[in-house]
Amino acid sequence: MRLELLPRTDVTPIKRALAPLWAIGFALLIGAGLVILLGRSPLAAFKVYFLEPLTDPWALQELAVKATPLIIIATGLVYCFRANLWNIGAEGQLIMGAIVGSIVPLATVDLESAAWVLPLSLVLGILGGALYGAIPALLRNRFGVSEILVSLMLVYIAELTLDYLVRGPWRDPKGFNFPTTPSFPDFALLPNLASEGRLHAGLLIALLGAVMTWFVFGRTMFGFGIRVAGEAPRAARFAGFNAPKMTLIAFLISGGMAGLAGIVEVTGQIGQLKPAISGGLGFTAIIVAYLGRLHPVGIIFGAFTIALTIYGGEAAQIALKLPLDLTRTFQGILLFCVLAADALTTYRLRLVTGAHE
Amino acid sequence: MAETAVAHAPLCVLEGIVKRFGDLAANDHVDLSLYRGEIHALLGENGAGKSTLVKILDGLLTPDEGRILWDGQQVDLSNPEEAAALGIGMVFQHFSLFDNLTVAENIAVAMPSGVSFRALNRRIADLGKRYGLALDPRREVWTLSAGERQRIEIVRALLREPKLLILDEPTSVLTPQESEALFTTLRELAAQGCALLYISHKLEEVTRLCDRATILRGGRVVAHCNPREETPGKLASLMVGTDIPALHERSHAQGEILFATQSLSAPAEELHAVALSNISLSVRSGEILGLAGIAGNGQSELFEILSGERHAEDAAMIQIAGVDCGLEGIDARRRKGAAFLPEERNGHAAVGAMALSDNVVLSRHGSGGLTRRGVIDRRIAQQWVDAVIARFDVRAPSANAKANQLSGGNLQKFVVGREMLGSPKVLIIDNPTWGVDAGAATLIRQALLDLSASGAAILMISQDLDEIFAIADRIAVIHAGRVSTPVPVGDVTREQIGLLMIGGEGTAHAA
Repeated sequence: MRLELLPRTDVTPIKRALAPLWAIGFALLIGAGLVILLGRSPLAAFKVYFLEPLTDPWALQELAVKATPLIIIATGLVYCFRANLWNIGAEGQLIMGAIVGSIVPLATVDLESAAWVLPLSLVLGILGGALYGAIPALLRNRFGVSEILVSLMLVYIAELTLDYLVRGPWRDPKGFNFPTTPSFPDFALLPNLASEGRLHAGLLIALLGAVMTWFVFGRTMFGFGIRVAGEAPRAARFAGFNAPKMTLIAFLISGGMAGLAGIVEVTGQIGQLKPAISGGLGFTAIIVAYLGRLHPVGIIFGAFTIALTIYGGEAAQIALKLPLDLTRTFQGILLFCVLAADALTTYRLRLVTGAHE
Repeated sequence: MAETAVAHAPLCVLEGIVKRFGDLAANDHVDLSLYRGEIHALLGENGAGKSTLVKILDGLLTPDEGRILWDGQQVDLSNPEEAAALGIGMVFQHFSLFDNLTVAENIAVAMPSGVSFRALNRRIADLGKRYGLALDPRREVWTLSAGERQRIEIVRALLREPKLLILDEPTSVLTPQESEALFTTLRELAAQGCALLYISHKLEEVTRLCDRATILRGGRVVAHCNPREETPGKLASLMVGTDIPALHERSHAQGEILFATQSLSAPAEELHAVALSNISLSVRSGEILGLAGIAGNGQSELFEILSGERHAEDAAMIQIAGVDCGLEGIDARRRKGAAFLPEERNGHAAVGAMALSDNVVLSRHGSGGLTRRGVIDRRIAQQWVDAVIARFDVRAPSANAKANQLSGGNLQKFVVGREMLGSPKVLIIDNPTWGVDAGAATLIRQALLDLSASGAAILMISQDLDEIFAIADRIAVIHAGRVSTPVPVGDVTREQIGLLMIGGEGTAHAA
């Protein structure tokens, strides 16, 4: 007895569009089961996780703050994933972007005011992430090294570099020996969008990035080349696209966006460097990218969905004493359900029984 | 022999088979009887329902209506294992092989468990000797040519000693001699009482080989006939439903040399790839040069290097209109007025999951006025699609369908049309009608003749000798990366070409 996947012949765009909703529905059911196993009421958990954040204006701002870096990183990942390049090191590129982008603000802590600092640090953040992202691309092009391994291992190097900097040379001398840099000057911080709450201009950057990515993949030759390279590498050669060059550019953009997300996090809501500035955003963004089906608009929805699970998880930890690990587990379940829903939209399962298995 | 065999009770009967996919009835009350010892041709254009019927016989699809009788008993074929257990063997046109496994391993997976590799290797060798199906059991499949891969499929089926063997386009990758050897095999199998269901687009061989023919059109049986009493043209018109136009010959006025290679050599890039050695060819304006050869003798390597997907070692090795371009990429060569079409439609010449307009952009982005400063003009791309669909009679479900929604023949007409619409000066085309139906093949060949009449130089790589003899002016043969001196097609016989295809010296060097 075995299971077979048979292609469906009746896949409509509507069914395809509805698949993530099915996925979220099933993930909620499984999540409810977990909550019951943990001895809590699933209804109460549902209320804390989903209803309260979506009805409270302050919480909505908080969701946007959490979704912002996810949108930026995930839209960047689209450039790699669509080309079948597996950049799973966005976390490292994010940290490297945050580090490089912080050089200028930290050097100008004593200045009165300097309007050029913020844009320069954003550009340096992009640059830091992009160059860090170029490493796996160059190694892949030159030596055929797996970009998966390289990009992942570079995450640990970035994390330890940040750790070294904030405990060593960049530590705030007036910081009571805490492993943090001095707080950034106000002019180096992203402006808030509302007079109350923490919503900052990073969200606009994220939306701009999503729109640009949408245009790149919808209309430009470059986006077309990436799609062809991902769908059919031989057709990309036939088209005359330069695969190594495209690999490099895809990683530069992907890394650059992750770096941008890093410096946006630092200048938007943290305000200084600490040993942990991301907490796995670069990995979570992989889920976001697939939740959004590698499409910028989908990614915006996906990022808010995941932000909801993060925020709800924190709230549930406080209100219901549910472990924060549950949030991570739920995100994993969600990704699993999304991939399964996509597969089951395209294929149907057939149980094969026979005498000669 | 056929007459006496037919007099017995049929081995397998299909009665009123109906299979629907949505609104489309791929098989609409199809009746078919197969007798022991007969070679039965199943004919029809792409989309006529042949594959569906064959998949039903092989247990891959379950019919919505109708029944299957095997030796007079009604049977349910719900999977290929059950079909195989009854004695139904299948040789698919598209190979279902594991590339990273060896020949013997690929054969073993289709065998009942408990057969030792040593015994298997011996049986493979026996069959190879008996039927001329030489195979090295230890080679990995990815290193083999299409022709060799097909031999695995045939051996795999024969090892199970089938009572009914279904062959889908078995000669499409064989030389004339190999085809004849296969026919001998098949006749011997039939003489031993095996029933054969033979699917082929090569109607000429059907009229020589097969005892009976069933012709499908639009999912229905439109005729049963004795192919020995019909002409290939009559069979083709039964399949299509209208008369197939004959090819219009063109004037043979030839002009200057538009495409040439000079001592083109290239080392093998991978372990089992073919090295190209000292190839000098030239094609004149108005000329079609046919390059025959068995699959896997360097055709794909040659196409890669002629198209610019891979660079030559020296600029002067390849010239378009007298200009050295060996070191240029495919797009630069396109801008010089050349067009290219590889053998494989899916994933090479076209991207299945992408829209037709995207597939126009794929090869015409540099030479079709489709982009401005890196931004694609979708309107112009769609105009290209509409023009190709209209001029090359492409049947697509919609004007901007995805490539994989088109049947093989229609997608091939589309990609051929895409390359021809810009009136290229030079066209390098690899197997232009591989696996397409008679109607599409005729249309494509006529388009090639028309293009050359308009002054283009065409280099046509083809494994179909009939095709080369039908439309080429000169013919050369590629074997093990070397190319024979081209000679006018009128000056050689198929047998001489066949000898060159297997590396013999032959007497074809008339020029």
